[in-house]
Amino acid sequence: MSVLIYVELDNGYIKKTSLEAVAYGAKVAEKTGGQAVVLALGKAENAELEKAGKYGATKVLHGADAKLEHENSLAYADALVQAAAQEGSKVIILSKSGLGDAMAARAAAKLKAGIVSGVTALPETEGGFKVTRSIFTGKAFATTEIKSDIKVLVVRKNAVEIDEANLTGSNAAVEAFQPALRDSDFTASVLSVEKADSELSLTEAEIIVSGGRGMKGPEHWQPLIDLAKALGAATGCSKPVSDLDWRPHHEHIGQTGIKVAPALYIACGISGAIQHLAGVNGSKCIVVINKDPEAPFFKAADYGIVGDVFEILPKLTEAAKSLK
Amino acid sequence: MKILVCITNVPDTTAKISFTDNDTKLNKNGVQFIIGPYDDYALARGVELKEQSGGTLTVLHVGEADAEPQIRKALAIGADDAIRVNADPQDSYFVAAQIAHIASQNSYDLILMGRESIDYNSGVVHGLVGEMLGIPSYSPVMKLDLEGGNATITREIDGGKEVLKAPLPLVLGCQEPIAEWKIPNMRGIMTARTKPLNVVEPVSVDDMTVPQTYRLPAPKGACKMIPASEAETLIKLLQTVAKVL
Repeated sequence: MSVLIYVELDNGYIKKTSLEAVAYGAKVAEKTGGQAVVLALGKAENAELEKAGKYGATKVLHGADAKLEHENSLAYADALVQAAAQEGSKVIILSKSGLGDAMAARAAAKLKAGIVSGVTALPETEGGFKVTRSIFTGKAFATTEIKSDIKVLVVRKNAVEIDEANLTGSNAAVEAFQPALRDSDFTASVLSVEKADSELSLTEAEIIVSGGRGMKGPEHWQPLIDLAKALGAATGCSKPVSDLDWRPHHEHIGQTGIKVAPALYIACGISGAIQHLAGVNGSKCIVVINKDPEAPFFKAADYGIVGDVFEILPKLTEAAKSLK
Repeated sequence: MKILVCITNVPDTTAKISFTDNDTKLNKNGVQFIIGPYDDYALARGVELKEQSGGTLTVLHVGEADAEPQIRKALAIGADDAIRVNADPQDSYFVAAQIAHIASQNSYDLILMGRESIDYNSGVVHGLVGEMLGIPSYSPVMKLDLEGGNATITREIDGGKEVLKAPLPLVLGCQEPIAEWKIPNMRGIMTARTKPLNVVEPVSVDDMTVPQTYRLPAPKGACKMIPASEAETLIKLLQTVAKVL
């Protein structure tokens, strides 16, 4: 019996949210007995994959088949199921993302396994296997018992605390893994991929600086970008901003956009409609800058500044630069 | 072209959430229910594609009778008929199994739904249904066009987008800007009253996951206000007090 964790690769590196999933999986393995085994698909160096050991994995299966280089949730789900069969895994863990949910769903259907997505904490394993997950877009939590023999969990960021400075694991052994690939998983042809490579991904970012209609137009975004650069942060925006095409849609944070859970979220000129709050309420610390002292966002904030964003942002950028 | 659109019946995005019966049930008192916003996008695009191709569109809901106003609204927007699987679903696998069962009896070219429901936010039903039917599933889809037996799909990926061409049939989880939400017109509302809404009983599925209790998040502490004239002091506070820098 083992716990199988799927890690997502980004340009050959294991994503941070996936390393968290490894740490989560290792803790589950401690509770349920057995080893934490990692599956990685696509191009990566062994030196990178071994790192999963530091987070508690004992072994990494690496599927490096050229056909798996391009992200394909159908083939990846097949590979995941085959890895689970090989390792006798009873718990399968993925990190929450479009790919994670897609793979988890298809794998759960193949394995006739119960699936819970959006898990926010380690399971209770006494008297049934119970997990807590976020529901109503962060407005509430549910505790759910998984009854099936095999269990599939999709975990959110910050579901487990990791002390990066004191990782105790040693490097994991990397084994080649060759799943049987089915033609039916490759019926789609990829016409184009557009990826903003240089930008930090919002779901991975520890700091996000986000702008709303109070930024007054796409031509005024530079002060916000400057602060983001000084902090090593990703940039986001509210729904009206992406609806107005001031910023690209993939920056839209909120109930119908991306849900984020950074350590620090800085909202500039965002009033804080309930739909926006739903996308950010997983953040550890929220800063709100708005000229309207009545902006509802202040009620959800840890720190607030009432004033003109265009005067405040440069001050923050200067202070952030002097930190380093 | 036969299109199936699956809709959820969920509390309005602005609804205040609370629970009753010892935190084991959602308190529906005073809560306005709507078609899931993502499902509404899927429905809007489904209606457009149906009008272009001259096919049929069936709307499917797995849930209780109190969803009927939302199902009638979907009919008013342009669905031809509706199916309600009479159940109080608690689990993604259960819902997917019901959809897959209905779909296996009718060969749909396209099964559309939202990328996720906004109540339980799992975002896994399209993947489950796709695998149960043995056909591909993609999500979240931002643009969808049909040509011949193929769909051209623009899908959001981490930090960007990808364009795929895939043969039908497909299961797709949809999100904006795939189409603009449609508001039913008077003629639609009138005709919706007489369109068929078939109620069927669910197929039995083993209990996979069972919700036990619900709770609200702990209340947030007070916001510390910093005068605009001392804005730069925020950075120090974030570093030394909040410890997030």
